[in-house]
Amino acid sequence: MTVYILQRTLQSFVVLFVMSLIVFCGVNLIGDPIYMMISPESEPAEIERVIKEFGFDRPVLEQYWFFLKNVASGDFGRSFVQGIPALPLILERFPATIELAVFSLFISLVIALPLGVYAGLYPERKSSKIIMSGSILGFSMPTFWVGIMLIMLFAVKLDWLPSTGRGELGTFLGIESSLFTLNGLSHIFLPALNLALFKLSSVLRLTRAGTREVILQDYIKFARAKGLSHSRVINVHLLKNILIPIVTVIGLEFGSLVAFSTVTETVFAWPGAGKLIIDSVYNLDRPVIVAYLIIIVAFFVFLNLIVDILYSFLDPRVRIKGSSE
Amino acid sequence: MNILKKIVALLVICIVPSIAHSKTLKIGVAGEPSSIDPHYHNVGPNNMFATNIFSMLVGQDENQQTIPDLATSWKPINDTTWEFKLRNDVKWHDGSKFTADDVIFTATRAPNVPKSPASFGIYLKGKTFVKIDDYTVHVKTEKPYPLMANDLSVVKIISKKHGENATTEDYNSGKAAIGTGPYKFKQYVKGDKIVLEKNSDYFGKKPEYDTVEIKPIKSGPARVAALLSGDVDLIDGVPPVDVKKLKKNKKVQLSSGPSNRVIYLHIDQFREKSPHVRAIGGGDIKNPLMDVRVRKAISLAINRDAMVAKVMEGLAIPAGQLLPKGFHGVSENMKPDPYDIKTAKQLMKEAGYGKGFELTIHGPNDRYINDAKIAEALGQMLSKIGIKCKIETMPKAVYFKRASAGGPDKTPEFSMMVLGWGAGSGEASSPLKSLLATHNKEKGMGGANRGRHSDPKVDALIDKALATVDSPARGKILAEATEIAVGKNYGIIPIHYQVNTWGAKAGYSYLPRTDEYTVVAGFQKK
Repeated sequence: MTVYILQRTLQSFVVLFVMSLIVFCGVNLIGDPIYMMISPESEPAEIERVIKEFGFDRPVLEQYWFFLKNVASGDFGRSFVQGIPALPLILERFPATIELAVFSLFISLVIALPLGVYAGLYPERKSSKIIMSGSILGFSMPTFWVGIMLIMLFAVKLDWLPSTGRGELGTFLGIESSLFTLNGLSHIFLPALNLALFKLSSVLRLTRAGTREVILQDYIKFARAKGLSHSRVINVHLLKNILIPIVTVIGLEFGSLVAFSTVTETVFAWPGAGKLIIDSVYNLDRPVIVAYLIIIVAFFVFLNLIVDILYSFLDPRVRIKGSSE
Repeated sequence: MNILKKIVALLVICIVPSIAHSKTLKIGVAGEPSSIDPHYHNVGPNNMFATNIFSMLVGQDENQQTIPDLATSWKPINDTTWEFKLRNDVKWHDGSKFTADDVIFTATRAPNVPKSPASFGIYLKGKTFVKIDDYTVHVKTEKPYPLMANDLSVVKIISKKHGENATTEDYNSGKAAIGTGPYKFKQYVKGDKIVLEKNSDYFGKKPEYDTVEIKPIKSGPARVAALLSGDVDLIDGVPPVDVKKLKKNKKVQLSSGPSNRVIYLHIDQFREKSPHVRAIGGGDIKNPLMDVRVRKAISLAINRDAMVAKVMEGLAIPAGQLLPKGFHGVSENMKPDPYDIKTAKQLMKEAGYGKGFELTIHGPNDRYINDAKIAEALGQMLSKIGIKCKIETMPKAVYFKRASAGGPDKTPEFSMMVLGWGAGSGEASSPLKSLLATHNKEKGMGGANRGRHSDPKVDALIDKALATVDSPARGKILAEATEIAVGKNYGIIPIHYQVNTWGAKAGYSYLPRTDEYTVVAGFQKK
């Protein structure tokens, strides 16, 4: 098991290195951040000063080497736009994105799992068919549009919830989050719902498919024959077996929830890392773009590792295979 | 279902008391400042935000005319020296007194902020600040400098006590953000909000609100929704497509005003072979844009009224020169070119291009209001006089570099460019100097002259204006330079002036500003 983890960690470093090279070179080939930053009324001497100070006059590979050296000491460079170190800037915005992703995951699981199991157990019922058609809507409607519609309905027309921003923070067990205050919850509900819709649909369909498959298995028939209660059959024997593909999907999708919350964060003015990255792309704030992408790749890789470890707990076959090597 | 309603009602009840008893103003803005440090980055959102916490020697009213702020009066005492008399009743947010020492300190700190992407050095270069006494400062230059007050209206004054050894991070955390403005810094949550509180000792008009919350909301529809749902009391940058509907909405009051920004075309008039001009059918052709008759024909073919009414939804003003009426240096004799296809076609024939030619128009698609749509409309209009147009738009991140230096030998890459220019100084020397003066790196002229218009008469007038201290005389010279550079030479083709729209909650309005700033003082009861 430890060997496996070490191997995977080494692989991850290679991936990170290659990624950083691609991103750095790619970002340097597009556009020119100088023209984004300086006032058009500036004199050429001013432009020269900016070029020298930010190192734009050096060849790309030299800039990359410089970048690598700094990364080794934990310095991802300074944001062109804000002048402060890039890494703390991104990490400062991460908690907002993480709490949005977590709450969103929670909403989608709470809705999708029961509905999916229900639709899988009673596929012929009209309600099941409505659920399945509804799930198609969930992943075909564009997030941007759904977000605006949610704001128009709940914030403008009904005035039940706030339309924008993050609420007040509360502390619980040493962690600060807006999930711990009522004001915070009222602010996070709509964006989390918006972000959850896509995930909700895929988990729902996956759950239904898994249920349909597992319900026909012999061990379910056997458990029923043994006289186990209906709820025990569903909650223990069925659920555990359908969870494996669902955990995989959730693991990968959680990463994408964090990485691509950009649309939701922009619509709801949620101060997370997703909004930061899209703004940085528009402003050609290269250090932030590169630092962000590297952090996200590291995050994905780590997440995959967790998912694999979780497998071994859920699926005894993986455990046995691993130990026999 | 009942439980859900109960939960939501509970949430609502919990939100209501959180609205403080004190008067709070919430503003939703499109652009977030990149830093609280007033000298870090010379850019709209930063400068706009800084006016809440800091003051300048000279202020700008809503039409960018200079008004006293920290300085009560200023005048040239000789050809190369301006004298500024300062107020003696100003206190910093920590209670200490404001004196000339703070001004001297600011002048040395402002141009030297580390890692500044756009420094304030351009406003302070060549100026020497001398303290005469606690409330008098002399500013000396090598040559006569008429625009002294305009330049100094952009630089915010910081406290020597708190500013010495303070870094940009110290301003962002609030530690060094001590100013003399109407509001004090309270909290800055990046990407979420900036909270300010009232400065009861402000020397100017007493601030009305106990707390001000500035929330950056980049998405246009989300900003409008925030206003409609009452989450904010004022927004800027109301998208033109929403204006018609919002005018009818009783919950909202719109305020519009012209800005100092002119949308215009720069035309390649210095190369015989222009990269994006071709003869009909694709063959080579001597650059027709070098002929002033062709440029005039293009201007006559632009239906400015239709552009304003249809493309800009009424939110623009047809332009015939560089700045709208009321600004310093505007010519009384110039009017926007009429829409006259007949004369345009005749001019094309006279110039030898009766058959027309092929042209690619380039423009940005995320910089100015409806910029891509403007480019498309232009293409359709020019086709009426035989110019077959292709339109290419791109994000500003790529557009401006290519427009300035994307061609061979770092020359402009395009033949016809849709551009905008906002005169930060509030008068005509700014666009004349940057857009129409002969491009000369050493002299620092024509920095944005992408069409490379060059006329020694115009250059001489610009130089003369920049050395003429007498304001009315300078205005006349600038107007004359504009009449030649734009009216006669068609160095650029002006299309329209942008109009900006703010939205306030019912019962209130906003006093529109030509510099497009959103300031707390502009929010007033209708």
